[in-house]
Amino acid sequence: MIEAEGLTKYYGPLPAIRDVTFTVERGEVVGFLGPNGAGKSTTIRILTCYMPPTTGVARIDGLDCFARSLEVRERVGYLPESVPLYAELTVKGFLRFAAGAKGVEGKKLEGEVRRVIAICGLENAAHRIIGHLSKGFRQRVGLAQALLKNPSVLVLDEPTIGLDPAHIIEIRRLIEELREEHTILLSSHILPEVAQICQRVLIINKGQIVATDTPANLTRQLQKSAQIQLRVGGQARELAPVLENLGGVQKVSLVDTDHQKLFVETDRSGDLRPEIARLVVAKGIDLLELKLVDLSLEDIFIQLVTEEPSQEGSQS
Amino acid sequence: MKGFVAVYRKELYSLFALPVFYAVAFTFLVLAGYFFYSAIVYYNLLSFQAGQNPMMAKQMNLMEMVLRPFFFDLSIVLLLISPLLTMRLYAEERKTGTMELLLTYPLPDRSIVLAKFAAVVSAFAVILAGTLPGIFLLDYLANPAWKAILCGYLGILLLGSSFMSLGVFTSSLTQNQIIAAVLSFGALLMLWVIGWAKSYVGSTMGEVIDYLSIVKHFDTFAKGILDSRDLLYYLIFIVFFLFLTLRQVATYRWRG
Repeated sequence: MIEAEGLTKYYGPLPAIRDVTFTVERGEVVGFLGPNGAGKSTTIRILTCYMPPTTGVARIDGLDCFARSLEVRERVGYLPESVPLYAELTVKGFLRFAAGAKGVEGKKLEGEVRRVIAICGLENAAHRIIGHLSKGFRQRVGLAQALLKNPSVLVLDEPTIGLDPAHIIEIRRLIEELREEHTILLSSHILPEVAQICQRVLIINKGQIVATDTPANLTRQLQKSAQIQLRVGGQARELAPVLENLGGVQKVSLVDTDHQKLFVETDRSGDLRPEIARLVVAKGIDLLELKLVDLSLEDIFIQLVTEEPSQEGSQS
Repeated sequence: MKGFVAVYRKELYSLFALPVFYAVAFTFLVLAGYFFYSAIVYYNLLSFQAGQNPMMAKQMNLMEMVLRPFFFDLSIVLLLISPLLTMRLYAEERKTGTMELLLTYPLPDRSIVLAKFAAVVSAFAVILAGTLPGIFLLDYLANPAWKAILCGYLGILLLGSSFMSLGVFTSSLTQNQIIAAVLSFGALLMLWVIGWAKSYVGSTMGEVIDYLSIVKHFDTFAKGILDSRDLLYYLIFIVFFLFLTLRQVATYRWRG
């Protein structure tokens, strides 16, 4: 549905993205993750026909974004990063314009505008002037214009940036609802959000794709060690040397002695939890809590993004 | 011309929703009223004198003595205000980022250029219509030649459209509205006064320069004469600058 093939874009002598290749299948919701300035918006702007790549091909629905720009633009609903809107228009006026610009005509136009207003919960704001709206409402208007004419592909650039938590949850719920009818590419630098909404994640850093997989797989693959957290009723300090002698344990660290909490780092050869439990109980110490700590997507992200600079250095 | 109507309506709405239009319309109409009034009063004085002097009475001509100076005065005000009407068209869209929306909608660039141009010309036509009550008053008091007057109005509309086509172009050059207005005003003034060079550049060059002068072609219209050469001049002028705008807009994509 969305194909990027070796996309490279130079701004002057500086490459914003280099050799970005990925595909998004029909009906998928894919998260596009990267730190600020990694090239997310550049890639997205190429896919939405805002600008052509320096080299490489982008295709939507098999149509070249450059050569058949108008047809591609018919199929894509786009929410730009800063949500640019015409401040002097009313919400309804703006949506009418956007619908007209997308080629919705005559009688269908009013119905289509009403439909997206309902989806985005803008009924009460329909006659307000966009310049007077709060950020959350503006974001919804932006989303509403992207949904006009029911495009098969939705490209949302940072749809939740700068919103308060309540609005973030709302927008997220909205995206959840949309996944059934649309192929969605969503960029973000907020990880939990991507982990929640997306089936697949593309991680981009310094203009290159560094990883692509499901959030769960990424976690599994990149986790070099497993961490077990345990909380005991007695002296955690005494327990530490004993645990260190256990086969497969790499490191034991005490978190805070007051709460008797320990972190045990193990290699991934097998699950050590039963063994640890037996050992603690055999020592006559009460075991209060024992759990496997998964590396969060955030940790993986940091890992990928911070590993990159050393490779960069050696290349250049 | 896909999407022309949608963009045209939006542009017109924006023009009427923002205060610049009203400031421009107010200034234009106050000045136009003053010019019209002066021309009429002066004509009135001359008429009294002509009552005593039959030789002079033969020379009294409403078109020549009231309407031609009136149209000429309007053209000067137009030179000042048209950059203000056009300056925001592209500059603002680029500044606020709405250009990104516009360029990712399935709209051909030429629809956008034409719609913006048509909208600002329509807004000017609305302002210009504000001078019509004076003409109706004239019709009530005297017996003006309506065809000649219409010709004058066509001329001022064409002159305005030419100014605005250049304004659309300078607006597409920059993100700053002030710069767009200054560039457009400078270019228009240059085209206005270029005819002065005629006296010292030699005869062949002089004719070329004379032809380029933007007001020279207006004068025939102001006299109430419809000359296809002048009509053609304005049409070519408009098409040329709209074409340049189109090329300029295409470069946005390449520059990103």
